[in-house]
Amino acid sequence: MSVNLKQGPFEPLIIAFCCNWCSYAGGDLAGTGRMTYPANVRVIRVPCSSCVSSNFILRAFQRGADGVVVAGCHPGDCHYTSGNYFARRRFLLLQRFLEFLGMEPERFQVHWISASEGNRFAAVMTETTEKIRALGPNRKLRDTR
Amino acid sequence: MKRIGVFVCWCGTNIANTVNIEAVTEAAGKMPGVVYAGNYKYMCSEIGQSKIKSAIIREKLDRFVVASCSPRMHESTFRKTAAAAGLNPYLVEIANIREHCSWVHKNKGEATAKAIALIRAAVAKAARDKELWATQIPVEHRALVIGGGIGGIQAALDIADAGFEVDLVERTPSIGGHMAQLDKTFPTLDCSACILTPKMGEAASHPKITLYTYSEVEKVDGYVGNFEATIRKKARSVDLEKCTGCGICWEKCPSRVKSEFDEALSMRKAIYIPFPQAVPNVPVIDRASCRWFTREKCGICRKTCPAGAVNFDQEDEVLQKKYGAIVVATGFDVLDLDDFGEYSYGKHPDVLTSLEFERILNSSGPTGGRLLRPSNQSPPKNVVFIQCVGSRDKSRGKPYCSKICCMYSAKHVILFKEKYPEAQAYVFYIDIRTAGKDFEEFHRRAVEEYGALYLKGSAGKVFPDGDKLLVKGVDSLSGHALEIEADMVVLATAIKAKSDAPQLARLLGISTDTHAFFMEAHPKLRPVEAHTAGIFLAGACQGPKDIPETVSQASGAAAKAIVLLSKENLLSDPCVSEVNESLCTGCLACIKVCPYSAITEKTIEEKIHGKALQRRVAEVNVALCQGCGSCTVSCRPGAVNLKGFTNEQIMAEVDAICL
Amino acid sequence: MKITRDNLCSSIVKEIAEISGENVAGCYQCGKCTAACPVNTVMDILPHQVLRFLQLGLVEALLNCNTIWICASCFTCAGRCPRGVDLPGIMEALRLILLRKRGFSRIKAGVIPRVADKGMPEQALVSAFRKYTR
Repeated sequence: MSVNLKQGPFEPLIIAFCCNWCSYAGGDLAGTGRMTYPANVRVIRVPCSSCVSSNFILRAFQRGADGVVVAGCHPGDCHYTSGNYFARRRFLLLQRFLEFLGMEPERFQVHWISASEGNRFAAVMTETTEKIRALGPNRKLRDTR
Repeated sequence: MKRIGVFVCWCGTNIANTVNIEAVTEAAGKMPGVVYAGNYKYMCSEIGQSKIKSAIIREKLDRFVVASCSPRMHESTFRKTAAAAGLNPYLVEIANIREHCSWVHKNKGEATAKAIALIRAAVAKAARDKELWATQIPVEHRALVIGGGIGGIQAALDIADAGFEVDLVERTPSIGGHMAQLDKTFPTLDCSACILTPKMGEAASHPKITLYTYSEVEKVDGYVGNFEATIRKKARSVDLEKCTGCGICWEKCPSRVKSEFDEALSMRKAIYIPFPQAVPNVPVIDRASCRWFTREKCGICRKTCPAGAVNFDQEDEVLQKKYGAIVVATGFDVLDLDDFGEYSYGKHPDVLTSLEFERILNSSGPTGGRLLRPSNQSPPKNVVFIQCVGSRDKSRGKPYCSKICCMYSAKHVILFKEKYPEAQAYVFYIDIRTAGKDFEEFHRRAVEEYGALYLKGSAGKVFPDGDKLLVKGVDSLSGHALEIEADMVVLATAIKAKSDAPQLARLLGISTDTHAFFMEAHPKLRPVEAHTAGIFLAGACQGPKDIPETVSQASGAAAKAIVLLSKENLLSDPCVSEVNESLCTGCLACIKVCPYSAITEKTIEEKIHGKALQRRVAEVNVALCQGCGSCTVSCRPGAVNLKGFTNEQIMAEVDAICL
Repeated sequence: MKITRDNLCSSIVKEIAEISGENVAGCYQCGKCTAACPVNTVMDILPHQVLRFLQLGLVEALLNCNTIWICASCFTCAGRCPRGVDLPGIMEALRLILLRKRGFSRIKAGVIPRVADKGMPEQALVSAFRKYTR
């Protein structure tokens, strides 16, 4: 469910899967540098972007997320050598699949954010939130039971 | 029912200013499975930790969540707290409400709501935590050093001095590497051989070091502490035990071939030692140019050998040995100049690479140390040195700086001028890089004492002009295009990775950078380790390096290897993948994605309807697995799970956040 | 332009080194002398280029430039040179070579009271005599 669905204007819920070595640390750095970004973003820590299953993303949309971000190390910098290459290929497919289902492509994004890019982390999260806020609530894939 | 405790940290005012601690604590207390929720000003302090410990005992908590700073900061602290209170340390979860919440949001209402959501996710994950135990892997107390240059020799000596067995594998007939080819070393002008050969001898006679020269590593299996390497000892055709190194065989041998050691500037025999101080001082027969092996004629060496050491029937020997650690010190190659036609290299004998010039300077080199023009054996009066030939050249060469050329060119200038004080040296340079102890002073000596004319700019063309070489260049400082009549041109040719470095990387399971140099685990903080645990890097195989840097990296790699070898057992991180064999269909898609080759197939036997059936399943080697979780996603039936980050746990987190 | 050992070590290059007592090879062309020079805007060859030309043995160009005459021998360049090169000494050497060749003085002691203003530092007078007299 969206952040404050009960009252006020629409606030999107965004789930960000961040790899422990780069993007999560980049998020930590954004914090240390007190760079603000919207509170709509909630981070789930994973060891590597390659361990984010498409199931998690579909589940997030099913349960009411309006946007999902997967963030990992820059290609070539993966802590586990090659994980982000697998992630990149896998999510390209998922993106096409979500588009096929009629979902706006902005709702599922993949970004490469290194541990030193706190400002980039904040920028990506801000930008994503604004884009999805403009799109409105996600209605595709949502569990309506 | 789980008994979960939640501890909310104020972090002084860091969290408390933006997050309503009381509201968060209250909300946490109502989450499913939570039996206790409390807060304290500094959870990580001694008092905070003792509060957690007493709550664990008082409330009979079986797991807990700390809502505080980043897990990258204090996860290990709170795991120790759990262990101190008798809980398995992996039954702890952290909700990051500082870096990811209070520090990045300004609105207290929003931040509080987010903090509650993050804690809910952590509670949901904690509810599914299982006890995990680090496993122990035994360590084989022997090291393998690949490459017998100065880096490999140093690493082998250091490890052996620490009391461990070392096998040093070198591809060529002798250890020594490129350093053995050099005449003098900068900036001290020590004779290279004089400082190298004692080390070579020490390595050969060290009771803990076994040399495998003229040998190659063919295969490496296993993992940190337990590598298994296949080493091929190529047939030397000379018995190492019997040979006395008297030299009669190579004196009598009628076949002459270009010497690799002398950069093809001199001839060697088909039975040869690469250089006089070779270790071991035992020749090999180069079967491709030996008359016996090519035409079944001759056999003079066998006839003349007083020790009866020549053995034409010798065959390659393949060894399999176990190692706890591997040091890779395979060195570098010099760039091929085929694409640099403007320098007339290969077209005129007086145009040389720096390594060839080094051989000509050397007293054991092709000219016996007399510096003469290869074309007519006359002393050179004007020598032009051209730097950055192929280095810092992203179109035809290598984009990086080869690092050592500025210094060895200064050395060459000095050595040349020492031999011919009346002669003139010219050096074309783009930048002079002399970062190193006494390097700048050495370079300035070449300029000021030895009068070398340094010209900022490059040479555009070198062409033969009568019996001279005409060098067309520029001095960009004065803006003059120049022509210099030279007797000799020396090209400071770029250093590149060994051409077969990618193959070796594949064999070892380590990675290479875009220029095929081996990649270190971290460019700043783990510069001597490869990404694969138990494999260490030394010397120019990791990037261009001079001798002192190579030696220090080799000692660093050796120290790291010693740390590993001195352990009886290794403790492995329990957050690794596991296979649920009853779900595994044996498709083995997981093997393809694993960057550490940690997954193998195995056959299990199970009884179905009273019949014994054999079935193929995947198996994770916990010692090799680094816990990336790539395999969990590739698994179609969902049989692979990463402990500590199971699919169920992440799914529960998603659900909890979306609630 | 052809560079040979002969013009790098020509007699005039040696003479300049002898008069100034300086080894021009000491200069590594950082350009600090030019950057510090108060009169660099009117020089046709900049101070650091003077040294470079000497390193290349291009003395002829230097003997025909205005730089050596504009140089006020203020010693700022020498004071700031990280290599300790005495550029004013080299400028002086270049001037001396020309003056010795010409053999006459362009300034007489008698005209000084007429042309000098009162605030002129004594060093400037000394410099003027060194520059313009035999």
